[in-house]
Amino acid sequence: MIKVIKPGFQSTVQDRGRFGFSHYGISISGTADSISYKIGNLLVGNNCGEAAIEMTLVGGEFLFEEDAIISITGSDFQPKIENKIVSMWQTLKIKSGEIISFANTLNGARSYLCIKGGIKIQQILGSCSTHLLTSLGGLNGRKLLKGDRLPIEKLTNEEIQSYKVSKQIIALLNSKNIIRVTTAPQTNYFSKDVIEKFTSNKYVVSEEANRMGLRLIGKKLEREIMEEIITEGITLGAIQISNDGMPIILFVEHQTTGGYPKIANVISADMHKIGQLRPRDEINFQFVSIEQAHKLNLELESLISINSFDKL
Amino acid sequence: MNAKMLTLNHSVEFSFASDRSILIKVCDDISPECNNEIIKIFSVLQSTSIEGIQSIHPAYNSILVAFDPTIIFPFKMMEDLKKLVQEKPLNIEYETNTINIPVCFDEEFAPDLNEVAQLNKLTINEVIAFHTRPNYLVYFLGFSPGFPYLGGMLTEISTPRLKTPRLKVPEGSVAIGGKQTGIYPVESPGGWRLIGRTPLKLFSPHKKPPTLLRMGDRVNFFAISKNEFEQIKSKQE
Repeated sequence: MIKVIKPGFQSTVQDRGRFGFSHYGISISGTADSISYKIGNLLVGNNCGEAAIEMTLVGGEFLFEEDAIISITGSDFQPKIENKIVSMWQTLKIKSGEIISFANTLNGARSYLCIKGGIKIQQILGSCSTHLLTSLGGLNGRKLLKGDRLPIEKLTNEEIQSYKVSKQIIALLNSKNIIRVTTAPQTNYFSKDVIEKFTSNKYVVSEEANRMGLRLIGKKLEREIMEEIITEGITLGAIQISNDGMPIILFVEHQTTGGYPKIANVISADMHKIGQLRPRDEINFQFVSIEQAHKLNLELESLISINSFDKL
Repeated sequence: MNAKMLTLNHSVEFSFASDRSILIKVCDDISPECNNEIIKIFSVLQSTSIEGIQSIHPAYNSILVAFDPTIIFPFKMMEDLKKLVQEKPLNIEYETNTINIPVCFDEEFAPDLNEVAQLNKLTINEVIAFHTRPNYLVYFLGFSPGFPYLGGMLTEISTPRLKTPRLKVPEGSVAIGGKQTGIYPVESPGGWRLIGRTPLKLFSPHKKPPTLLRMGDRVNFFAISKNEFEQIKSKQE
């Protein structure tokens, strides 16, 4: 068991997400930064989408009531075990009775605590992921609270290989200012000039940034075609232009349908960056083709493998 | 129970909505006929085994197919979908039901009923009569878990949405938003006008399927008293 001593600002149980239920109005949810989560799981020998703890902006304190193998990935929330600073992005051991503590972030929005075997809570519709907006999944459909206890898989005696992620890979993951996008179903609702405005100006992440979506502030983007859009399904990372001309990036807990025009869609390989954006961060959008997006995606995937980590 | 035999005979448009999704546009507007076409294609897609498909989301005149681009090359997915939808002659059996939904229109559950009546120059009883008269079509579910997009509301009771949406609309609320009516299956924010509440559960994550309604179903509303509401509610839990 892991006992929550302090929950932090918004800590939830997350896994890969809840796929296949969009026709019931259920969005995938899952981790906000799927790459950090995936690396974290690989570092502790998990490879089946085991559930982990996702922390947001300010981390919590967790008492391990049994020995465990863990890793900390994502943004630097200044992790310490028994008040001693510990390294991120590598396999770690924690003993029964020890407390791991996190503070406020030094860089991005989210940090992950992965545990060998994962957090063992009941799956709802095939996933342990917490969907906060609809109180679905996770621990009672909510963020973690002081006193919560999370069951984990019992550690076996079997030794596991420890790994460390190279500085180059971490640096690559930490660059988040350029967000690449492809066209979306209503890109043609906007004139060339407006598209130019969208890609040549910086957009700032507003305070309204959460797992459902991130509202951006910048140059106003007006549509050319005013025709009403018939409500249609929405994809992860769709960039919707609201009536005030400002973009909203629809994120993991997005509503599954919408009727606002979508100017672009964040590519799969850059979705993890969205999960690390904080209010006041500045981003630039850059269009790529579906082919390029696919290539970038495969490049990222090949990097996120145990073979590209260093043995300890 | 009403089993329909459907045959597929429609040309449709395919486009990438993102690097991990394809939007299939089936018709240009909203109609029960288009809904039938959507049901056919949705059924075909659901019964296939194209590896990598993550979700299939039907809507009024389109279907969005999301896939894992690390499992299948996006252009291959496009090709496979086109083949499947356009080339496969089909007879699909799709069952739809008529579901009778009890609604309590008591003041306690209907904070906006009076305003809906006033704005439409009707009495409260007339609004209830208009709302419970049609046989509504469930076009699809979407937006939030179990939320039905219903077609068929009478224009006599159309009412603009609230200027400021409520932060919390209670579970089961029956509401009017413009020309549409709907039911909030889970507590959520919402800008539609609340005219009543149903004791039925429209979304139960532990059940299979997790929703009371499905695309193509028909819905009839009928008025119940507060007592009946409580009785049905207690049986639901």
